[in-house]
Amino acid sequence: MSKIQDKFKELKSKNEKALISYIMTGFPNENTTLSIVRGLVRGGTDIIELGFPFSDPIADGPVIQNASTVSLNKGAKIEKFFSLVKKIRKETDIPLVLMTYTNVLYARGYSAFMSKVKSVGIDGLILPDMSIEESKEYLKSAKKNNLDTIFLVSPNTNNDRLKKIARASTGFLYMVAVFGTTGVQTKIHKYTIDAIKNAKKIVGKKISIGIGFGVSTPDDVKKYVSLGVDAVIVGSANLKIIENTPPSKLQRKITEYTKKLKRSTRI
Amino acid sequence: MKIGMPKDGRFGDFGGKYIPETLVPAVEELEENYQKIKNDKSFQNELDYYLKNYAGRPTPLYFAENLTKSVGGAKIYLKREDLLHGGAHKINNTLGQALLAKKMKKKRIIAETGAGQHGVATAMACSCLGLSSEVYMGYKDTVRQQQNVFRMDLLGCKVYPVKSGSQTLKDAINEAIRDWITNVDTTYYLLGSAVGPHPYPVMVRDFQSVIGKEIKKQMKNVPDTVIACVGGGSNAIGTFYPMIDDGVEMIGVEAAGKGLKTGMHSATLNAGKKGVLHGMMTYLLQDNDGQIKETHSISAGLDYPGVGPEHAFLKDAGNVKYKSATDNEVINAFLTLTKTEGIIPALESAHAISHAIKIAKTRSKSDSIVVTLSGRGDKDIDIVKQYLRKNVKNSR
Repeated sequence: MSKIQDKFKELKSKNEKALISYIMTGFPNENTTLSIVRGLVRGGTDIIELGFPFSDPIADGPVIQNASTVSLNKGAKIEKFFSLVKKIRKETDIPLVLMTYTNVLYARGYSAFMSKVKSVGIDGLILPDMSIEESKEYLKSAKKNNLDTIFLVSPNTNNDRLKKIARASTGFLYMVAVFGTTGVQTKIHKYTIDAIKNAKKIVGKKISIGIGFGVSTPDDVKKYVSLGVDAVIVGSANLKIIENTPPSKLQRKITEYTKKLKRSTRI
Repeated sequence: MKIGMPKDGRFGDFGGKYIPETLVPAVEELEENYQKIKNDKSFQNELDYYLKNYAGRPTPLYFAENLTKSVGGAKIYLKREDLLHGGAHKINNTLGQALLAKKMKKKRIIAETGAGQHGVATAMACSCLGLSSEVYMGYKDTVRQQQNVFRMDLLGCKVYPVKSGSQTLKDAINEAIRDWITNVDTTYYLLGSAVGPHPYPVMVRDFQSVIGKEIKKQMKNVPDTVIACVGGGSNAIGTFYPMIDDGVEMIGVEAAGKGLKTGMHSATLNAGKKGVLHGMMTYLLQDNDGQIKETHSISAGLDYPGVGPEHAFLKDAGNVKYKSATDNEVINAFLTLTKTEGIIPALESAHAISHAIKIAKTRSKSDSIVVTLSGRGDKDIDIVKQYLRKNVKNSR
């Protein structure tokens, strides 16, 4: 079993749901990323999603787009990302997921890329532009390297596809909460509630379901947990804190916020 | 694989559907509806009606006698897509897709545009068919193509300047895709080039194939050589595809900008590597980490770091040769055609003219070269003026 699957098992026994925290590496700069990770770990997050920037992030809203641009402008390179993950691994055992876009993997070759990220300590991958139709080579390399492949499903995904995507997914299934890109949302739509209920019914016994895109407050977390999701994913809200907090206070602020969110995942 | 017949949405290794899951139902719906209308007589008759009476088809095939004489070599013919309504080949595709959108009962149309020609053609087709249109355009392009922005305004089309990334065509496509993800139920994305996820490259090719079909009819036989400019590659694929099995020499001309060695160009097939962008596997201008590079061309319409997946396939298969022309060569071709024939070409099309002049000299007088003149150059005269002024200054 993978580190991510172990984590879901452990949380189940404690009657908790998973908090998954996303940050963009290299934002606002390279040195701060490690300190933000420490803040997340201290706040009690269960899984960390590390974003690696891509020049053309079509699934992302303004907040993550901006973080990608800043990170790239400050010289983000995949080799630096690998060293960062190594450093994180010296300090914590927390499951780490890489979120980026297909071309970043393809440029190096799926197989070479995956054996490298596995060796530095990544446990799973999320690629918002990788559809199951195009995933044959990607899945083969991931399997060989024992990396979890976390695919996304949307509220408009039909049940046949939902089953197919769940079969290709390991670790957890990432349900997109809204028709839209990543970013801070204000309300939980009825179609999202229906989609969660349906996904639980159709594939919920086979795989953990995480909800993301527009999840930002402890209240959101509570509501989604009450709807029965196995994990909540918070991303843009973290980046907004990072944008608006002076460096000296950043780690503490991240810890406090993460603690509040984590509290809401306990049933 | 038979050329031009994609299997599972792919041309060999190229093409495919690398898209966020939210778009999958929309792309599948589009594919299903496109298959339906493709062989539907009443749809094709309706499209033919608009192409003839609204857009002005067929366009002439003009023997450029003065240009031929001044170059001295093969006979040069111009396929006059510049004479179409709106001033470019783009209307062939926008009428087709807007009609399809209407059949699909989509009321809101979005599009991206580079030079503004596709945006204008979208706005026109939508006005004509009673649809509303909104267009994303890179901020840099809105500045260098102000006239087209104003034309879209007049046509009742909302233009959103895109300030992310390089602020050109690639970023306009990103933003249109994000809009589509957000409004997937109500909105039809009218892509302007033979790029993007399947079925767009096939659909755009089919709507543009009217160019090549007419050339064959008008030449009474196939020409020895056809030449077209390639950005995303819609006018080129529309020119080549109907002649793909006819033993014609086919040449696509990319934008070499300030020179292939300077890195400031948009010559994807000449200098790119395979990768994934905008829903497709194709050749891309990218760095070792897979980050997409900023491109340069004097013509906004060719300023794109990717290329249609069918061109990528045709390049590897060896069916088409892909060459390039620098900004400087393009300006010279622009001036030559304007002076010899009284035809002001779009800077995009001037890339193809430039290469035609280059090779016509080396060919026999009995040879024929057809150049697709994809658009007229009114939109570019300020850019040409500035370029000439600067170069006169530099040479002093």
